This record gives sequence, C-alpha cells and structure tokens, in this order.
Amino acid sequence: MPKFAKLSFKKDQLNKELSGFFKGMLENGAVKAVLVPMAQAKKGVRLTLVTSAAHTARVDPFAPIAAVSGAKIASSLTSRPSGRKVAMVLRPCEIRAVIELVKLKQANLDNVLLIGMDCLGRYENTDFAKFQELGGTSESFLENALAGKTSMPDFDIIGACKICEFPMADNVDMRLCAIGAENGSVFIEAVTGKGEEVLEKSDLKSGETPAGRDEAVKKLVAVRTGARDRKFAEYRAETNSFEALGDKLAACVNCYNCRIACPVCYCSECVFLTDTFRHTGEQFMMWADKSGMLKMPNDTLFYHLTRMTHMSLFCVGCGQCTSACPNSIDLMPLFRTCADKTQARFNYQAGRSVDEEQPMAGFESDELVEVTGQVK
Amino acid sequence: MSEFEPQIVAFFCNWCTFTAADLAGTSRLSYPHNIKIIRVMCSGMVDPKFVLKAFLNGADGVLIGGCWPGDCHYINGNMKARRRVALLTEVLKQYGIGEERFYLRWIAASEGNMLKEIATDMTSKLKQLGPSPLRNMGQMAL
Repeated sequence: MPKFAKLSFKKDQLNKELSGFFKGMLENGAVKAVLVPMAQAKKGVRLTLVTSAAHTARVDPFAPIAAVSGAKIASSLTSRPSGRKVAMVLRPCEIRAVIELVKLKQANLDNVLLIGMDCLGRYENTDFAKFQELGGTSESFLENALAGKTSMPDFDIIGACKICEFPMADNVDMRLCAIGAENGSVFIEAVTGKGEEVLEKSDLKSGETPAGRDEAVKKLVAVRTGARDRKFAEYRAETNSFEALGDKLAACVNCYNCRIACPVCYCSECVFLTDTFRHTGEQFMMWADKSGMLKMPNDTLFYHLTRMTHMSLFCVGCGQCTSACPNSIDLMPLFRTCADKTQARFNYQAGRSVDEEQPMAGFESDELVEVTGQVK
Repeated sequence: MSEFEPQIVAFFCNWCTFTAADLAGTSRLSYPHNIKIIRVMCSGMVDPKFVLKAFLNGADGVLIGGCWPGDCHYINGNMKARRRVALLTEVLKQYGIGEERFYLRWIAASEGNMLKEIATDMTSKLKQLGPSPLRNMGQMAL
C-alpha cells in the first residue's frame, strides 16, 4: 500500500518545503547524497549532486527543464559505483532510460533511492531562460500546467512532452506528486519498502492521500495518448518513403549530437567514429563516380537508420535528440514513430520493467516463424 | 527496352547456404545471375549495417541465407539473425522497403534445389516489383 505525506506550502515556499525534506534525508542518514535539480548561482537549473545537508536550500525539482538527460548522469554516478547511498530525483522519461541502462549494465540501482517527480513537461534550454526572465517559477508552472496551460507568449513545452504518456514515474521508490494535489500542496509518496523507511525517518506525517490523483493521472495520460496518436499518424503520412525521410533530414550535418544527447545510445564507441568510416580518398571518388557526384559529408541516412536499429528498442521519447540538434531538425517524432514499431514487434516497452529482457539480448528457437515463412 | 534486372545482394553462411550454392553448381543447377553472393561465416554475423549499406547503394533486394534453426554451426547464430532481421524489417518497412525486398531464408547444405528455387522466385518477384525506391535517390541516399 503506497503511503502519502502531504507537503503544504505558502506562496513561493514550495522549494523551501522540499529542501527541508531533502535536508532531513541527509541529516538523518537515510541517504548519503542527493542528486536533485537545483537552481544555479546565477541562472538556470541543473541536476546537482549534494553531499552536505547545508547545501539543499536551492533545490527545484519541479523546474520545467532537463538540460541533459538525468539518465546519463545516473549512469556516470553508478556504472562504477561509489558505494554511497544516493537519492536521485529524476523525470519519468529519465527513469525509464535508467531502467534500460541497468539492463545494459551501464547503470546500477543497488545503492540508489529512485524518486520520480510528476512531469508536466519541460521547456527547451533557451526557452527556460526566457521563462525565468518572465518571472516563471516551478510553482507558477505547476499551477498553470495542471490547469492545462503550458504555453508562454512565444514558446511552449517541447513536442516530446506534449505526446508523452508517462507523466507519472513507475519503478521508483518514492514519488513527488503534483498531479491531483490541490494548489498549495504536493505529496511525497513512498512506493516501495525502501521508500517507506525514508518517509518514516523524515518528520513528515503520512496519512492524508491525494483524493483525485488516480483520476487526474488517467485523464492526463488520455489527453497525451490522444495527442501522441495524432502526431504519429501525421508524421507517418509525411514520412512514408526514403525520399521523404531524406527531406526530413536534409539539414543534417552529421554532427552526431543527437547520439551524444540520447540517453539510450549505448555503444561506448560509436562505429561512425571508428576506422570503419574513415574512408580513403579513392573510396569517396568511387562513390562519387557512381552518379557523378556525392553529397558531403555522406552517410547521413545510413547514420540515422543505423541509430534506429540500435536505440529504437530502448527509445523512451525524451526528446533530447530534438533539443540537441543544432540545425533544428525535429528528430523526436522520427525516432518515436520508429520505436513504436520496433518495440511493438517484440512486445517490448522501453523502461517498463527491469526484469524484461531486451529483445536483442536473447532468442527462442520456435519464435518469429513469419520472418522466413519456412517450416521444416 | 530490355527487361529490368534486379540486383540482389546475398549474404550466405559458409556452412549451409553457401555450401548449398556450391552444391547447386556441382549439380549443374542454374539460378539467376542477379544474385550476388557474399560469403559470411554465419547469418548471425550479418550486421544490420551490411543490409542498410546494400540498400542505400541501390540494391533491389537483400537475401540472407542461413542454416535451419538447430543446425547452426555456431549453435544459435541464425536465431540471433532472425531477431535482427525482424528488427531491421520494422525499421525499413516504414519507408517503403519491406519483406518483399528483404529475405531471410533457411537453406541447408544439401538443399541446392531449394537455393535455386528461392533465387529464381526472388528474382522474378523483384522483376515485377521494379527497382528499389532508393535507386531514384541516387547519391542522396549515400
């Protein structure tokens, strides 16, 4: 049975109340470190690793920004673990990516208390700066977003968040719940035994539950799922041939930023940076000879299609690829529509469960008979 | 105008399908010259990139030949190949290259006849289907 503790706050005091909770966790030894979004000295909000209770004052877990995927940070912290118990406050997409990284042995949750925040979306990095300049705060964002309004004068939350059907995190020990809480309150939920211990140690009283939460989550998921299906249908109609795909990727300059930003692009060394792709001048000339000319840099489609065969099974739809593109190519729908197909083929869903085997990690002798259509 | 001759890139496993091609040859069975064979040690070593590169370079079809499940020289390479082919087919299908151009077939070392049948059948189907959509893109696909 999940346990909830209500955290009421006065205007502009949300982060202060939350910082008290994280401070307490460090003071009472429930964890030795906290990874949490925190307001930076001048501006911006970044995930910050806090090991001293004296430095929790500027936490801002609900800030609508994820400058880099927290899954990659979680991987850095745990792939060669410190041995210290750490609480990590991550967005649902980041948590789903972490689950995939655990299976790839690139993250380890043994000493981690996973805390998932309710996510109503994020702004692009540059838009978040504007949001702050316009006086936006996490509180104002929560209040407006819960009422269905995320748009600001000339920007909105990113496309990926608008079609994300996972506003609430699963596979976590605790949750920071905003959906279904009245204005002026959030809830801290203990989901697992580990989470309950932490909640009991804190000075928060558990008891009151957010009455409308389940319904509110369901409603939001339904809205987002509808938006997702419309986006998929629209994008697929636009991108149903290689020629159309080529058009979508026309601005690509092979910088590979999308792969660097992608939390589940798992190769430690990308093949496109190896000698396999360091061709000789003669090779380029031969390719050019084929039709009399060759666009440079070449292998653009090849790169994106290869990436699809690698990461689409694990794609969580976080939108970091779109955010990372210096030429404003909207890559998220490209990879998400592909992921939708490939994951469905193997009845797999990225981030659903840590116990589910990744499709390319195994095989059965009597499966997929339709691939060859041959029966002995 | 002469008939369209599809270019088919074939990755044949050394132990079964390539040996079947050898058998077809020594048995004087002829199959269409559209099949360009690349001998690989196992169907399980055919990286999706090999297939992508073939299509992007204008291949009209790709045929991967491996041992029947249970007969793999490396115990299970062919079953890994099968999952990979299913995955890659899902990726390619979205943009217009599906099972009709991308085959995985089990052909045992003794099945020279089956090799001839599959090669003939694939060639004639691709003749009807016409050139790969990627051919029109020319150098832009590279």
